[in-house]
Amino acid sequence: MTAPTLPPRLEEVTSSSTTSSTAARRSNRSAFGVAATYALLVAIALVYIFPFLIQVATSFKTDGDASINPLSLIPQTWTSATYQTLFASDLPFPTWAMNSIIVTLCVTVGRVLFCSMAGYALARLHFRGRGLVFAGVITVMAVPGVVLLIPKFLVVNQLGIYDSYAGMIIPLLADAAGVFIMKNFFESIPVSVEEAARIDGAGVFRTFWSVVLPMARPALITLVILSFQGSWNELSHFVVSAQSPELYTLTKGVATLASGGLGQAQQFPLKMGAALLMTIPVAVLFFVFQRQIMSTAEGAEKG
Amino acid sequence: MTSPATTKERSARPRGASASRAGQTSAGWLFVAPSLVLLGLFLLVPVLMAAWVSVSDWNGRGSPFAGTVAFVGADNYQTVLTSEGGLQARDFGTALRNNFWYVVLVVPTQTIVALSLAVLVNRKVLRGRGFFRTAFYFPSVTSSVAIVLVFLFLFAGSGAVNKVLGWVGINGPNWFSDPRGVLHLLLGVVGIDQGPAALTGNGFLSITWWEWLAGPSVAMSALVILAIFTTSGTFMLLFLAALQNISGEVEEAAMMDGASGFQRFRLVTVPMLRPTLFTVLTLGLIGTWQVFDQIYVGTQGGPAKTTITPAYLSYTTSFASQNWGQGAAIAFILFFIILVLAAFQRWVLRERTTVPRRKRYLTTGAGR
Repeated sequence: MTAPTLPPRLEEVTSSSTTSSTAARRSNRSAFGVAATYALLVAIALVYIFPFLIQVATSFKTDGDASINPLSLIPQTWTSATYQTLFASDLPFPTWAMNSIIVTLCVTVGRVLFCSMAGYALARLHFRGRGLVFAGVITVMAVPGVVLLIPKFLVVNQLGIYDSYAGMIIPLLADAAGVFIMKNFFESIPVSVEEAARIDGAGVFRTFWSVVLPMARPALITLVILSFQGSWNELSHFVVSAQSPELYTLTKGVATLASGGLGQAQQFPLKMGAALLMTIPVAVLFFVFQRQIMSTAEGAEKG
Repeated sequence: MTSPATTKERSARPRGASASRAGQTSAGWLFVAPSLVLLGLFLLVPVLMAAWVSVSDWNGRGSPFAGTVAFVGADNYQTVLTSEGGLQARDFGTALRNNFWYVVLVVPTQTIVALSLAVLVNRKVLRGRGFFRTAFYFPSVTSSVAIVLVFLFLFAGSGAVNKVLGWVGINGPNWFSDPRGVLHLLLGVVGIDQGPAALTGNGFLSITWWEWLAGPSVAMSALVILAIFTTSGTFMLLFLAALQNISGEVEEAAMMDGASGFQRFRLVTVPMLRPTLFTVLTLGLIGTWQVFDQIYVGTQGGPAKTTITPAYLSYTTSFASQNWGQGAAIAFILFFIILVLAAFQRWVLRERTTVPRRKRYLTTGAGR
């Protein structure tokens, strides 16, 4: 292969600063390099995707098929037994799902409201003690979550909200990172619009509600994604804040399947199906807001 | 930020409390109040309360502030840390050993994997880069419970992983029920089955040095792979952002100077990634010392306690054994370990002010 036969895209890779004869040699090497890169990427991508494909396939297999052919992506006999068991048996899967939805919705709405209020105040409103409050927020952000496992139970228990929705939801509303994100966002947008609203006679609350919040849409979406994903996938807090089976969320309930708590010792299709169903809401969110999520994670670094 | 309104407001501020300023003070406190109360109640108060419980003999019944609960000083810490603590101290030593190997394996590997993935998908002319990013990042957004279930299936005795290993003639272990230490297994290959007396006779934190040297158990190794699988995508995005911030000019200049691809990566890209590297290593360290979900769902500390971690032990000590004081003490020791290690890492990776003359231009480039 010589340089002219290469597609123009590959030409771009090779530097234009070299002379034409070395460029030809280089593009030969880089053509091979590109092919190798693709092969490597595809191989790694397969490793990353294959577990999920197996998960989907296994959920439609029979128990025997799953244990004899754990690798095959096509069930020998298709069966929806898994999903019938999950939705139409004495397994309280729908209850778990309902609890997860309730908790996630409450936590997401609460966090978005409280974090944007606090973030706005810390970024824009001048009040005595603002620096101190912000320093406090930064400090509590540094405390590792798992260390707080036992301590949080102690407070929830002392407040008398152990084993209730309140105990599961209210502690999760505390989100220092969310406050931090919103503060950073409000500092990045120009203050002139708010000033205009204020000069027109709008109070602080009115300005916040009808001028500031609509402008903050990108940051609010970020916060919704983080809160939804965080509370939907939360496990440890629910482990220490409630114990009744009626209050099991999906994470806690499906976790009991793993250890065979309900006699599902080896029923891999059932486990895969349950795990798959609990992944779907987050997966949908992920694919809908993919662009946003990617830049969120990247933005966290630039922060 | 330099709009006329801001400057006007700034210049007006020192002159004193106007009506709007007073309004801002009350509004400001009102706006931060919900978050402040929540953070205080569920982050600050818990720490203080647990501090008290860790030095008390509270048994889980009633309030820890009741008159019947007594102050016991450092007893709980002593039980956990010293050899007189018996089983509890052995468990804590084992938990630290397990988590230590987990951290040692996961943190460097996930950092290298994440950086490699980022470099691979950062190519300017890559078809389907969106697809690759999605594929690598997706495991990070799914619930740890769901992923653990999938891994339990993949790593089952006759599961997919062992099937693949069978193709190349390897008889895979029964991953999640194999308590043998990986290092002990490797030593066994060269014929060392028993540690020297110096190692089996002495120890640290109630378990012998020989036990420390066991390495992660086979079961823990599966959890190590799980951790790398789920976190490398997140860290890949961090590296990707940093890579995109490196200007093309720097790369070009290095290319003009005749640096090869690998040289450019090692001498230009890596030094400029230093701040991100620091972030990733710190987040990795903090995260891996807190491993809980995977243990709770997947192994419950088994087989033979080779996957208990301090976080999980703190939970079982409190909730199952009702030794709340000891459970809280373990949480504080863990907190201390994380703080010390994070500080140590900060010190190791600090920006050195004096650098060898040869390297000086690199450091000034990275120190942004």
